[in-house]
Amino acid sequence: MSSRWGLRFLGLGYLTLLLLIPLAMIFYKTFEDGIGPPLDAVTSPDGLHALKLSLLMVAISVPLNTIFGVGCALLLVRHKTKLNPGIDAVINLPFAVSPVVIGLSLYLLYGVGGWFSFIGEEGLKIVFAVPGMVLASIFVSLPFVVRETVPVLQEIGTDQERAASTLGANGWQTFWKITLPSIRWGVAYGIVLTTARVLGEFGAVTIVSGSISGQTQTLPLFVEKQYANFNSTGAYGASLVLALLALITLFAMNLLKRKEDA
Amino acid sequence: MEAQPANLPAPTASRASLRLPGIGTGVGNGMVVLYLSIVVLLPLAAVGSEAFSLGLGHFWEQVTSPLAVKSLKLTVVCSLVVVVLNGIFGTILAWLLVRDEFPGKSIVNAVIDLPFALPTIVASLVLLTLYGSDSPLGIDIASTRAAVVVALMFVTLPFVVRAVQPLLLEMDREMEAAAASLGAGNFTIFRRIIFPNLLPGLGAGVALAFARALGEFGSVLLFAGGLPDTTVTSVFIRNQVESNNLVGASAVSMVLLLASLLLLGCVSLIQRWSARHV
Repeated sequence: MSSRWGLRFLGLGYLTLLLLIPLAMIFYKTFEDGIGPPLDAVTSPDGLHALKLSLLMVAISVPLNTIFGVGCALLLVRHKTKLNPGIDAVINLPFAVSPVVIGLSLYLLYGVGGWFSFIGEEGLKIVFAVPGMVLASIFVSLPFVVRETVPVLQEIGTDQERAASTLGANGWQTFWKITLPSIRWGVAYGIVLTTARVLGEFGAVTIVSGSISGQTQTLPLFVEKQYANFNSTGAYGASLVLALLALITLFAMNLLKRKEDA
Repeated sequence: MEAQPANLPAPTASRASLRLPGIGTGVGNGMVVLYLSIVVLLPLAAVGSEAFSLGLGHFWEQVTSPLAVKSLKLTVVCSLVVVVLNGIFGTILAWLLVRDEFPGKSIVNAVIDLPFALPTIVASLVLLTLYGSDSPLGIDIASTRAAVVVALMFVTLPFVVRAVQPLLLEMDREMEAAAASLGAGNFTIFRRIIFPNLLPGLGAGVALAFARALGEFGSVLLFAGGLPDTTVTSVFIRNQVESNNLVGASAVSMVLLLASLLLLGCVSLIQRWSARHV
């Protein structure tokens, strides 16, 4: 029995020092001097702009990666071609590549002298502007929906889809009425992970954005800038917003896991 | 976050009777390839092209420059330490979550994923406050190699737990009972029965954590800083971009990319192996 207590002490102690105390610390530090200063920082024009920009990243990247993710998962599971192993490998790449390298890659492709620099010369600024940040967000969050949808699709099998087709349903009817309802919790789980990743992305976005206050600053970049400007209350205010979003994410993840298992 | 191989669909009898959008027409394939090319492949190809744009000699010069080598060494050593620590603690935590009962267990289970949900820059800020010069615990490790290790421990914690947990859940407890009835002690049971069964998950979790640690940027940035002794490879690459040495940044990026790809290759091999042997 003593070994059980030893394991509990080690495991939970580790978790407390590494995760729980830091989490509590965010709340404590934010409100150390009352609710006023952090609230002022977050509701300052730059703070609000950063929040809006972060939400814009989510609004563009998440739908795109969701549509792509479901379509790609369908292809990988329901349609075997020679391309599948290659597609599967490429989908995992964003997990393997450092965010800084992702930022650098977009900087090189769309920046001055890059293969696609003509887009910027035509007037649509990509690097140090919102489009580049969107591309970075899409890149880093690409795998989640595919990864969460593939196992669910494998599990449900094709019996019902075949039955629908036999009864005369066309492809889209089968998809909307049979496939999507059966995979919805897996897809939703993927969406939650995608959203969390886009909201929190720092490394890739910091390289392509230039982090200009009030222009190309998402919430995580705002946190860093505030800290660099010795405004730790502002940094903590914005951090608290992000931490609350993270907690909502955790809650949603648990809820969806339970729905998926049920 | 698991990177499972997706190429194991159920065997299909005949494709003719299955109608789904984009399937069997080639349009779907084309769109997937196009999307992946624009989002992932072309940007990475640009890094490769930039890295070798001044020739192989220059590439090698950049990769073997003293500062680049120093950052690569630091990153690899710290990542190794981190995955060993998280391999041990991650297995313990997975064990507690599956085999133990204690109050608050469901909360602990949920909190494990916090590093996946919490932005890395926030993690860096709060670790700096907690274990920096103003530490309420009296522990000041900011801007040291220990800070690199702690930051990486934070972000890679969930990988091992989440990889080992399902294997523990599935494990047949009769084997352990049999071993115990034959007189095996706890440690022997762990070493001879449990550990070998957890090995595929542990291996995959450790490899994923290692790949993540190699490229980690945000969580290290504020806490470990950019002192010469604590510049991990991703921070080094950022510095090279800022001083406009794009070829150098790309060259070191290629090394990092290659290392991560090898690790992901290992994960997929481990998973294929365990799918065949379990």
